[in-house]
Amino acid sequence: MPLSEADFRRPKNAAALVRAIRGLTGPAKPLRIMEICGTHTMAIAQAGLRGLLAPGVQLLSGPGCPVCVTPAGAIDAVLRLSERPGVVIASYGDLLRVPGTVRGDTLLRRRALGARVQTVYSPMDALDAARADPSAEVVFLGVGFETTAPGTAACVLAAAGENIRNFSVLCLLKQTEPALRALIAAPDFGVDGFLCPGHVAAITGASAFAFLPETYNLPAVVSGFEAGDILYSVWRLAQMHAEGRPALENEYTRLVRDAGNPAAQAAMAQVFEPVSSVWRGLGEIPASGLALREAFAPWDAARKFGFAPGPEAENPGCRCGAVLRGVCAPQDCPLFGRACTPADPVGPCMVSSEGACAAAWKYGERAASRCSL
Amino acid sequence: MQDIITLDYGSGGLKTAQLIDELIVPAFANTALSQLGDGAVLPALEGPPVFSTDSFVVSPWRFPGGDIGKLAVCGTVNDLCMAGGAPRYLSFSLILEEGFALDDLRAVVASAAQTARQAGVQIVTGDTKVVERGRGDGIYINTAGVGVLRAPGLGRSALREGDAVLVSGSVGCHGAAVLMARGDLPCEGTLLSDCRPLHEVSAAALAAGGVRMLRDPTRGGVATTLNEFVEGSPLCIELEEDAIPVDPPVAAACSLLGLDPLYSACEGRMLAVCAPEAVPAVLAALHAVPGGEGAVQIGRVTAARPGQVVLHNNFGGSRILGKLAGAQLPRIC
Repeated sequence: MPLSEADFRRPKNAAALVRAIRGLTGPAKPLRIMEICGTHTMAIAQAGLRGLLAPGVQLLSGPGCPVCVTPAGAIDAVLRLSERPGVVIASYGDLLRVPGTVRGDTLLRRRALGARVQTVYSPMDALDAARADPSAEVVFLGVGFETTAPGTAACVLAAAGENIRNFSVLCLLKQTEPALRALIAAPDFGVDGFLCPGHVAAITGASAFAFLPETYNLPAVVSGFEAGDILYSVWRLAQMHAEGRPALENEYTRLVRDAGNPAAQAAMAQVFEPVSSVWRGLGEIPASGLALREAFAPWDAARKFGFAPGPEAENPGCRCGAVLRGVCAPQDCPLFGRACTPADPVGPCMVSSEGACAAAWKYGERAASRCSL
Repeated sequence: MQDIITLDYGSGGLKTAQLIDELIVPAFANTALSQLGDGAVLPALEGPPVFSTDSFVVSPWRFPGGDIGKLAVCGTVNDLCMAGGAPRYLSFSLILEEGFALDDLRAVVASAAQTARQAGVQIVTGDTKVVERGRGDGIYINTAGVGVLRAPGLGRSALREGDAVLVSGSVGCHGAAVLMARGDLPCEGTLLSDCRPLHEVSAAALAAGGVRMLRDPTRGGVATTLNEFVEGSPLCIELEEDAIPVDPPVAAACSLLGLDPLYSACEGRMLAVCAPEAVPAVLAALHAVPGGEGAVQIGRVTAARPGQVVLHNNFGGSRILGKLAGAQLPRIC
């Protein structure tokens, strides 16, 4: 019976797909597939796909967790910002637990010591906080990729439209494509295909990943986030790899169009411009970050507060950088599960719920080889 | 003008007496309390006493399906029930913040009184303190409770390989309902907390026989609680993901915020481990009492991965369910 995409949307048909993938791969030369989205990292771990597809397929987590790629020096600067009188830091919850260069020094700890730190689910919540308390200087921490950038842009446009001056955005946003190009150019790169992030592609369009097969001969599938989506995408990647015909495919057609979301792209282009940006594990990559354009300077926390990230200093022994490049599995880091656990994390990959190490720990991949089930 | 709590109500003087006489004693109405001594003198129990205490700081104090008064009674009643006790008497201590509305306090006390009547317990002693505005969050409650032991020998050491793991109903409702009440969700719905006393479901399960251990999965949810069952032991708990009941609104709310219903708190659900041959009788007994209608088996006790909880999905994948690290959601109870 020929396999079709629809068969695998529902995980109850997944067994056939797993057999098909196993038929195309083998332990002698495992197929190395990288996902570059924290939601994929979580979905793979949650469904136990890594163990299910091993040893023929190695699923690697790339630099897809926005919190994880934010360098410790930037966190240090955010912590200093939280010390300023009147400043209210508004942030997505994940960032609150990320330590800077001093272990254990987090926004959560600063809040317990008196800093004003507020968890928000959307930048608009931060803008509401600024409206509600004109005496506060609300700074929203804009982290993420093309998925969170449009919402942040819309929020800056709203603040500018109403001329709300006690609100600003600390823009730590990053772009996917430059990072992928840098990753592929690295000497230790060894990935056979990419599981591309469906949420990013919903904004940028699937075509934003066409450079992977066109420039680098790497198969790429824009994928959704259900187990069936991921299994189907892995199966297509395995087929393309086996046939030696790399191409870009869009599995997530229920959400992603070729051209993406033009309104979101327009808002981003209006508010942001590309700037050089430092990534944990990858270093400084030209044009890989987004900064507010000059026209929006009054809402740019970096300009307003003279934001200056501190020097980069990885924690000794922490291999987050190598984990983010997919060259070190979380379990291979000497600190994993010993000095570094979700309750007392050393590196950001263990802090963020979307981090590769946290996912591996939470879902028990720490003992995958001993699993008797 | 709205009547509010002021520092005078916690002075121990006239206002305190007025609050106790007019608001608290009539609501809880029983002879032990109306003596108003420094402590309640209670009749001898017909078996070994079971004793427990719990404090409640939920924010907001009123949430869909309950409030802090109901929760404060359920919390301690349920702890007594899970320890194998039949709950009898509670204490009820209030810490109020200046400015808290008297009408709101009346509502909380009424709700606690109604829940106590429902659970068949008497509130026989208590206390009221007031803190300055800004030093509290409206209202905190502590309750302690005494029950009489009806099922000795429950606990981790009673678990055996092959035992069944049951849950009395759908999981994670309370955590999700509090989230909804905080306005943290960009949507509205009919999501109600599962907050309820477990005296009937626990009594039904124990009467059916073969029960090894009972627990209510409050903070940390089902996943964290089950970890405590087998942590450091040679036993493992294996769960079937499809068998665990999660209400669709809870699943949707959790999914939206990246939370896991298996780590979301319940305040009126019971996890039970029982002998395999006892499963039909225990389930039938649970189905016959209020709050147990949705009881199902969700897993079993094995020796596959000692000390761990493993979740299997329906297509061959499996993962470890660890304990909750950090707060998934603060101040839910």
